[in-house]
Amino acid sequence: MKCDLVVVGAGPGGSMAAKAAAAAGLDVVMVEKRQEIGDPVRCAEGVSKGALAELVKLDPKWISSEVKGAKIYAPNGTKITMSEDRAGAEVGYVLERKIFDRSLAMDAARAGAQVMVKTRALGLIKNDGRISGINAMWSGEPLTIEAPLVIGADGVESKVGRWAGIDTTLKPKDISTCAQFLIQDESIDEDYCEFFFGNEMAPGGYIWIFPKGKNLANVGIGILGSKSKPGAPLRLLREFVDHRIPNGRIVEMVVGGDPVAGVMDTTTADGVMLVGDAARQSDPLTGGGILNAMKAGIIAGEVAAKAISAGDVSVAGLKEYEDRWRADIGKHLAKSYEYKEFFVKLTDDDLNQLLGSLAAEDIAKMDLRGMLRTLFKLNPKLLWELRHLIL
Amino acid sequence: MISGCDLLPSINRYKCCYCGACVGTCPKCALELVETWLEVSEEECIECGICTKICPVGALEVKT
Repeated sequence: MKCDLVVVGAGPGGSMAAKAAAAAGLDVVMVEKRQEIGDPVRCAEGVSKGALAELVKLDPKWISSEVKGAKIYAPNGTKITMSEDRAGAEVGYVLERKIFDRSLAMDAARAGAQVMVKTRALGLIKNDGRISGINAMWSGEPLTIEAPLVIGADGVESKVGRWAGIDTTLKPKDISTCAQFLIQDESIDEDYCEFFFGNEMAPGGYIWIFPKGKNLANVGIGILGSKSKPGAPLRLLREFVDHRIPNGRIVEMVVGGDPVAGVMDTTTADGVMLVGDAARQSDPLTGGGILNAMKAGIIAGEVAAKAISAGDVSVAGLKEYEDRWRADIGKHLAKSYEYKEFFVKLTDDDLNQLLGSLAAEDIAKMDLRGMLRTLFKLNPKLLWELRHLIL
Repeated sequence: MISGCDLLPSINRYKCCYCGACVGTCPKCALELVETWLEVSEEECIECGICTKICPVGALEVKT
């Protein structure tokens, strides 16, 4: 099999890359090792409404719910309520990714890309030091796909990057280890996403309740890898659910690792570009990665077409990808990483103090920047280290 | 001398939810997630135990 571009991984990043490249005229093959796209979900499915609308035509088929805002709980139970459009990227829609991911893959196919499921990339083929394709297994049969360019959109595993000599290994402190239940329960507030913080309940991370409609929600936990123990996410999630949603019916369970890493030095090699979680482009503070993967995917697909057309898929030929994604999302990721590195050191007393200081303020309509400034004004000593980011 | 094989992470496939978090954190790229089951490469694994710590469900164990 021969083509211009192989995209490894059919998540949002891979599908947007495949679609953009195919729309620009490339012969694209997108491979997905799972037999289904979008399942298991491995995601809390929250995205910003406005940001998503800029990237793709909204379709009610894959929107589970629309949330008005966020409720944030300190370890001592103090609650802060923030309204929609002000609380940050993870308030807006809760998606149905089983349909969303598949829909994006179908868009890629409609643009002309070939999509192959149950097709697992086994390694990169090199000829005279140049990428000449991938070895794969297609429903158990060996398959060679020849191509001068490969996009690694293979998520948290990020093997394509490592095969290409880019060290994408996540340190324990740069991964959030997560578990999630889809729960049916009458107590679910369908208008608000809820976030629970505390070093006992979710060390270095948080617990979330993201409503997916009436009486239904994704209830999950993310723990910083370096603060976790084997099986801790599942165990702590069960404890939380037993306590807070004791009559809940668990209809689905997923687990996964979410990169919360600093910005990678390089996401390209000769003949290779990395996109999405594979490029560790998920937000280190919130864990949100869908939008960043999609944005980077579009850029990668466009650059792929230009590079193939120019006959230069070397790192130099792919430089536009690095420049564009770093300009678009790189700066924000770097700031988020600083916030995260600071946040995971906070004690429960610190968290109670910070969130408690906001409880008396009218923050309902404040945006994130306004909230941070107010937090700093009220807690200058605690947040001194972050002043260069906030002020 | 303890054989490398004894200390390789064992995988409880009844617990494993094939999420791939371990694969992303292995410093030696010694783990392979074959769709729904995990394979460990004896040659690459250095028995560091990071994978066992990261696994959200505790499906990996390095026996000591």
